[in-house]
Amino acid sequence: MSGPSDFQPTNPALKWIERRLPIMGLMHSSFVAYPTPRNLNYWWTFGAILSMMLALQIVTGVILAMHYTPHADLAFKSVELIVRDVNFGWLLRNMHAVGASMFFFAVYVHMFRGLYYGSYKEPREVLWILGVIIYLLMMATGFMGYVLPWGQMSFWGATVITNLFSAIPYVGDSIVTLLWGGYAVGNPTLNRFFSLHYLLPFVIAGVVVLHVWALHVAGQNNPDGVEPKTPKDTVPFTPHATIKDFFGVSCFMLLYAWFIFYMPNYLGDADNYIPANPGVTPAHIVPEWYYLPFYAILRSIPNKLAGVVAMFGAIIVLVFLPWLDTARTRSSKYRPLAKQFFWIFVVVCILLGYLGSQPPEGIYVIAGRILTVMYFAYFLILLPLLSRIETPRPVPNSISDAVLAKSGKAASIAAAFLIAGGLLIGGAQNARAEDSHGGASPPGNKWSFAGPVGKYDRGALQRGLKVYKEVCSACHGLSYVAFRNLADPGGPGYSTAQAAAFAAEYKIKDGPNDAGDMFERPGRPADYFPSPFPNENAARAANGGAAPPDLSLITKARSYKRGFPMFVIDVVTQYQEQGPDYVAALLQGYLDKPPAGFSLPDGSYYNTYFPGHAIKMPKPLSDGQVTYDDGSPATVAQYAKDVTTFLMWAAEPHMEARKKLGLQVFVFLILLAGLLYFTKKKVWASSH
Amino acid sequence: MNPDAATIAAGAPIEVDLTPIASGQDIKVFWRGKPIYIMNRTKKQVEEAQKVPLKDLPDPQTDQQRTKPGHEQWLVVIGICTHLGCIPIAHEGSYDGFFCPCHGSVYDTSGRIRQGPAPANLPVPPYSFLSDTKIQIG
Repeated sequence: MSGPSDFQPTNPALKWIERRLPIMGLMHSSFVAYPTPRNLNYWWTFGAILSMMLALQIVTGVILAMHYTPHADLAFKSVELIVRDVNFGWLLRNMHAVGASMFFFAVYVHMFRGLYYGSYKEPREVLWILGVIIYLLMMATGFMGYVLPWGQMSFWGATVITNLFSAIPYVGDSIVTLLWGGYAVGNPTLNRFFSLHYLLPFVIAGVVVLHVWALHVAGQNNPDGVEPKTPKDTVPFTPHATIKDFFGVSCFMLLYAWFIFYMPNYLGDADNYIPANPGVTPAHIVPEWYYLPFYAILRSIPNKLAGVVAMFGAIIVLVFLPWLDTARTRSSKYRPLAKQFFWIFVVVCILLGYLGSQPPEGIYVIAGRILTVMYFAYFLILLPLLSRIETPRPVPNSISDAVLAKSGKAASIAAAFLIAGGLLIGGAQNARAEDSHGGASPPGNKWSFAGPVGKYDRGALQRGLKVYKEVCSACHGLSYVAFRNLADPGGPGYSTAQAAAFAAEYKIKDGPNDAGDMFERPGRPADYFPSPFPNENAARAANGGAAPPDLSLITKARSYKRGFPMFVIDVVTQYQEQGPDYVAALLQGYLDKPPAGFSLPDGSYYNTYFPGHAIKMPKPLSDGQVTYDDGSPATVAQYAKDVTTFLMWAAEPHMEARKKLGLQVFVFLILLAGLLYFTKKKVWASSH
Repeated sequence: MNPDAATIAAGAPIEVDLTPIASGQDIKVFWRGKPIYIMNRTKKQVEEAQKVPLKDLPDPQTDQQRTKPGHEQWLVVIGICTHLGCIPIAHEGSYDGFFCPCHGSVYDTSGRIRQGPAPANLPVPPYSFLSDTKIQIG
């Protein structure tokens, strides 16, 4: 993007265009002939990875917006319907939601890369500042996107974040009202967030163009931090950087696909599968993992305004980085002290992220304060000081000298990768931070649907449906499941006729008819399971003040804390059955008499696994209550397991298709990455 | 982007009947999308609230300033934590008032901040007694 190009197309038609709009020359000089330092390592592929993620987020987002309804009463349901009914809607939604996390993961690697190799130093200050602007825009976009599903965490996250602005003296409250478009977070808020969430990605794309432009004017930095001097120091962008970037992207896609297909909910929060309720605050509000370090900084300062200023300051300080670190040596490779402090800083950020996911009590608050001081000290004290006192090692004369002197340092890169991975995983702890207050951890079960090739046990689904119909449905709805779903592939395995017959046993309210009256008719396959109560207040009144929750999503809306290090191991083992384990344990966790010393409120029952132990639901299952036709034991343990399996299917009806497609995608990606790797080796053979 | 006419109209004053609230109990009503706690405080709670020395309060206000004369047992506050807007839980926390589960702010029986990051007391909405058992909020 810098300067005129000497590119001349040979085709006369292209020539005609080129004379009027030299777009091909622009492309050629930017992405083909552009000289790229020959010593770039794989940390430099994250720029390409980020471009791909932005494109993917925009494509999936535009399609999702075609099916989404931005209304406070309908948004939650419309997201569920996308996942259940839209063709490959589950894939689009997982790609978009996991994509946000991956986007941030990649941007953090990209930023730490810049920090380590001094990519913000003269003459790349504007390039760096544009990057900080992109990052700020990403944070705003990510936050507003998280609000759109309108679950509990969406709603309360929106409340907490918009309230940050109320800390501004004098005008704070007016600003917050302006953001809300009402007196509280509500439908107008959702509407404007949707509008902005659609707009901002295109603004990001625009700033990315500026970012790339600035990059191509100043030229890429490189691991040795010396500018290219002779043509020997560089290689043409195509094919060298192109093929390397493709390989990097394909490896990144493997990580991305791991989450899309096997653990789509790992990075999210169970509470967000509960529809937004302005009257109840979740016990523990946590933002998405990628905001956690800043959330920790916010909470570690006991004064509201100072906390908000510190939180924004933690990001704004990055803008001034080029002038805080005045050391003349760019790359930390040649700065022995800066290198060590860099890694300490990375650890500080990860620990802050961990603290952000923990409740603000006791030792966590003190640790948060120490780490906040360390975070700011790194930028404001350490870097300016280091540039004055540190004696850097001599830098190589040129890039080609550095390449020739190159020695094996794979181990340090592997260690760096591990730590970077820890950043992602450490943050994901938030998903596990719920519901542990006063409830025992449920025992693990062997579920047929667990693991990468798990499938639902058809028998268990059919028995579970029977248990739901005969027991649970007296109080609990299943409103997102339609009768037709019973005949869907990957479900209980009924035929269309059986599903229709099942539906016909139900009375469905319809109307109004010609006379204007509501009437009842037998159910059809397209109808949804009718809820036992007309509305939540009726449900509440009939059940001693506690409304029985709808069960469509219950196995995804409940979780329990896994704790360190289990939540890290879970990424590898793909354990994500906290919900089913909890539901199964709850159904079996009733004690006839509470333990000594526990005072049970009137109208409550003691349950070992319920948070707080006092549950309003009486013991729902007892041995022999439901008759099984297939000879399975009629015991509470068997009922609990069957109905939980059924409810897992109700919450995740396309799980089998998801895991099947996942396997195919993995085979494809591994082959692709392998081929790209060998192609890359061949292309680079003469350059190393 | 400020609230539109319909939203403002929907925020008109509401009337609340106090007869069903027994002493020591509270109800939560919504006005302008905000939860409002109406608490019928016991004698003990009122005394506790009234005798706190002002110097112990981060946001000094007497209980008399926060209630209506002659109706001291009634506490009407907007149930939105002044820190970051979560809904505090009534009858919890070490001051028997409100406890915010999000960031741990504790309010007393008068809804005044006693502990935690919140900077101010729970605000008292504009309201007036239409009769001894009926109030109008707004």
